[in-house]
Amino acid sequence: MDLKDKLISSFMAFENKIDVEHPVHDIRSEAFKNFEEKGFPTKKEEAWKYTSLKSLQKIDFSIFPKEVNALENKQVKKYFLQEIDTYKIVFVDGIYSSFLSETTHDGVDICLMSAALTKPMYKQYIDVYFNKVASKEDSLTTLNTAFSREGAFIYIPKNKMPKKPVEIVHFSTGNEASLMIQPRNLIIAEENAELQVIERHQSLTTNEVLTNVVTEIFAAENAIIDYYKIQNDAKTASLIDNTYINQKSNSVVKVHTFSFGGKLTRNNLNFYQNGEHIDSTMKGITILGDKQHVDHHTLVHHIEPNCESHQDYKGVYGENSTGVFNGKIIVDKIAQKTNAFQQNNNILISDKATINTKPQLEIFADDVKCSHGCTIGQLDEDALFYLQSRGIPKKEARALLMYAFANNVLESVRISELKTSINRLIAEKLGVRLGFDL
Amino acid sequence: MLKISNLHAGIENNEILKGINLEVKAGEVHAIMGPNGSGKSTLASVIAGKEEYEVTEGSVVLEGENLEDSSPEERAHKGIFLSFQYPVEIPGVSVTNFMKTAINEGRKAKGLDDMPAKDMLKMIREKAELLEIDRKFLSRSLNEGFSGGEKKRNEIFQMAMLEPKLAILDETDSGLDIDALRIVANGVNKLKNKDNAVIVITHYQRLLDYIVPDFVHVLHQGKIVKSGTKDLAHELEEKGYDWLKQETAV
Repeated sequence: MDLKDKLISSFMAFENKIDVEHPVHDIRSEAFKNFEEKGFPTKKEEAWKYTSLKSLQKIDFSIFPKEVNALENKQVKKYFLQEIDTYKIVFVDGIYSSFLSETTHDGVDICLMSAALTKPMYKQYIDVYFNKVASKEDSLTTLNTAFSREGAFIYIPKNKMPKKPVEIVHFSTGNEASLMIQPRNLIIAEENAELQVIERHQSLTTNEVLTNVVTEIFAAENAIIDYYKIQNDAKTASLIDNTYINQKSNSVVKVHTFSFGGKLTRNNLNFYQNGEHIDSTMKGITILGDKQHVDHHTLVHHIEPNCESHQDYKGVYGENSTGVFNGKIIVDKIAQKTNAFQQNNNILISDKATINTKPQLEIFADDVKCSHGCTIGQLDEDALFYLQSRGIPKKEARALLMYAFANNVLESVRISELKTSINRLIAEKLGVRLGFDL
Repeated sequence: MLKISNLHAGIENNEILKGINLEVKAGEVHAIMGPNGSGKSTLASVIAGKEEYEVTEGSVVLEGENLEDSSPEERAHKGIFLSFQYPVEIPGVSVTNFMKTAINEGRKAKGLDDMPAKDMLKMIREKAELLEIDRKFLSRSLNEGFSGGEKKRNEIFQMAMLEPKLAILDETDSGLDIDALRIVANGVNKLKNKDNAVIVITHYQRLLDYIVPDFVHVLHQGKIVKSGTKDLAHELEEKGYDWLKQETAV
């Protein structure tokens, strides 16, 4: 049985476990119908031209984990920020781990999707926000919606800011030979609220894992959200990340995506600007080796006038790795005075590595500033000689240049401990000691 | 210290150096002058081991050791330093961190542990003072947004930190105003001692008023066509290079 059939037959079993009378279940059923009709995307679709899900569909994934798997704190400590305190919403094989988590209801809600979907006190938010920005057409998004039950729920009321950043971490234990999980996150920052989130998916063994996650983010007027995605998973873990962001006037949302690990990673990052003077930023560093594959699909929809968007993705591709960057910018006719910038720079450090990069601009307004640029190159030989002539060996010199190449993406990371931890991951990924405390 | 014999080198079958002979002893300052395109910078790059250049004949020997098979980093570890005409910008890596990396890699090659942070900071402070470098400058990204003068001063600061046996200054005076030139030259003079040597590559005589050479060599069409004392530099300044070209043509 292929994965689609298995998911279809699992849906009935899923319905036995949940309250089918709940209004959200109509949304699930609708979504399920869409997936049933469309199935998994194929390479025939333009948006999936370079990324094939075929081999993943042949794997016999468990859709429901058998039991709750306990993890010791010391086993997973290194996957959290060490130097600073954070709120933590932690899942083990898709199931909430209260032991590893630190949630709060103190002025803000940093808790669980399962609670938000079932408790009456959250109904007002679910009614207004749940599945409101996520696509109702995209098959993988609707697949997630159909099975939506667990994930992170964050609600920051007007003028509030949590005392510390929030880490959303999904561990998979390898207790199942192969496991598919579909977390569903809903994040709401009301007027003038502020929030920092770090999301990470981590497989603890080499068993196959497929994660199909949907995150909906709502930033009300003047809200500020920094969202960091750390994609440094095992080489047997695949991730399909579908993130939908709805911004209102004067809000600032920045999403940083650090893609170093995993087997197949697909990021669908969608921004919708529903207001004026909005700032949307998406930045990424991708460093791949082996046969790794990462596909970044971004969309910014400029719906109203006087807004900005900034995209800056850097990629370093080695060995047999492949990368995709597809950046779509839509500027509606009324969205005059839009400033949209997009930059994608890549370095290929192996003859067998590939990058496909494609800007896609659809501009219907006439008074806008839009720029895009993509480059594919190799390391600069003169720069390499300069570093070597100072006594830095070639391997370290190359790493230093790659680090320098990707560096400006890190400038906008506002949590310094996170910046340090990303720097360490980069050094680790490049296989060098960069010789100083980063 | 350095003995270059009948050195022929070029790039992609295009011979640029056509039989260079040069001996530099510890404690000496040599100036290499010559018109544009005479091979001055190529000579500097070949001594430092730039891989694009192919040595077809002859040898570069440092303290009795033929450098033929040494990589640029190995040459650096053996005590060769090249001050670049166009230093490269490295965003995100501060001057301090870059120097720490370079010094500790050099120590690693010699089987030593990293320099203790306290000693490193002390050394950085001392050498920065020597070159009148502001401390804020040290935390800036290497060469990024530096003015021409700042870049050159930073090169000499690196030289001060790495304490080479043989320093080659490639057009270090270009792009410097008179104050920066004085600071850079003073730095070099203070670092000069009886155990190390300096090769100054320059187009103009100006720098040699500050860093006074023991010997001056004139490079033309890949060969040293004339050697002399510092008076030769003055002569070149007065007459230009044309008379030399005519003389060698005869």
